[in-house]
Amino acid sequence: MSVGIVVVSHSAALADAAVELARQMLPGRELAVEVAAGMPDGSLGTDAMAVSEAITAADSGDGVVVLMDLGSAVLSAQTALEFLDDDVRARVTLSAAPLVEGLVGAVVVAAGGAGREQVAAEALQGLAPKEAQLR
Amino acid sequence: MTPEQLTAWLTRFAELVHEQKDELTALDSAIGDADHGSNMDRGMTAVVAALAEAPPADAAAVLKKTGATLVSKVGGASGPLYGTLFLRMAGPAADGLDGAGFAAALRAGFEGVLARGKAEPGDKTMVDALGPACDALDAAIAGGSPLGEALAAAASAAAEGRDATVPLVARKGRASYLGERSAGHQDPGATSTALLLQAAAETLA
Repeated sequence: MSVGIVVVSHSAALADAAVELARQMLPGRELAVEVAAGMPDGSLGTDAMAVSEAITAADSGDGVVVLMDLGSAVLSAQTALEFLDDDVRARVTLSAAPLVEGLVGAVVVAAGGAGREQVAAEALQGLAPKEAQLR
Repeated sequence: MTPEQLTAWLTRFAELVHEQKDELTALDSAIGDADHGSNMDRGMTAVVAALAEAPPADAAAVLKKTGATLVSKVGGASGPLYGTLFLRMAGPAADGLDGAGFAAALRAGFEGVLARGKAEPGDKTMVDALGPACDALDAAIAGGSPLGEALAAAASAAAEGRDATVPLVARKGRASYLGERSAGHQDPGATSTALLLQAAAETLA
């Protein structure tokens, strides 16, 4: 078992591409990464119920770290917590990390078996390599 | 207030949003992501359909179903914000909704919006219409006004609050990326909130 990851985005294409990029880091390794992104008609938007379902699907009992793009993605993720069972909600972290960089860092340590707090901390460090390079 | 009355309120709100969908989206295209009208129309159309498909037995259930539908179907930030408004209204509504009960429920909903969106008065958001509406409703009920007059006062306060967003600089949401350039435009969220109160004044008295 490992920490599950959920990606919340306005755009299914954006979320799927970010997950594809991150999964490049996990050749041959399993990790639960769920996406809740876009509206059923293909337009941009987020759905708190879909986020709630994605969290439940990603949770194997070790908890979930949720990465979001912006605006309603954040509000929908916060709202989604209300629809979770209490025990599941207690093991969810909503991450303030930048979506792409945070996701790459998070999947690597999650696939390595790190706990939820460590995965969330790694996501928050996601900008560090870029900042170091551009300094 | 019966579940049927609340359903009539929400149905009227859906009609107003549908009629003014293009205006709401035009306001949002000036300072946001140009989807407020279409998003609210999609969400409220889904609410009316959900309430018609399985009419809830009590007022709290109407509000809960409305909130749960909006958080799922709107797509933009208005989904969690309006959704939270109705979900929080459902708590006080469980005791039944007379005039004072409706005012208390709306206040609870407003506090939910504040907590969810973390906006303050003057940030150029729906809070700038909803806050004055709650204040006016509370004052009118406390002063012994009949519900019809109280809701009319709340609707006017919401409309004044909406108008007062024009000169403000946005500090929340997509409009905040525009900074000073957001001044001079009426806030779309405050505009739809004024429609919600207008619908209440037309249907709930």
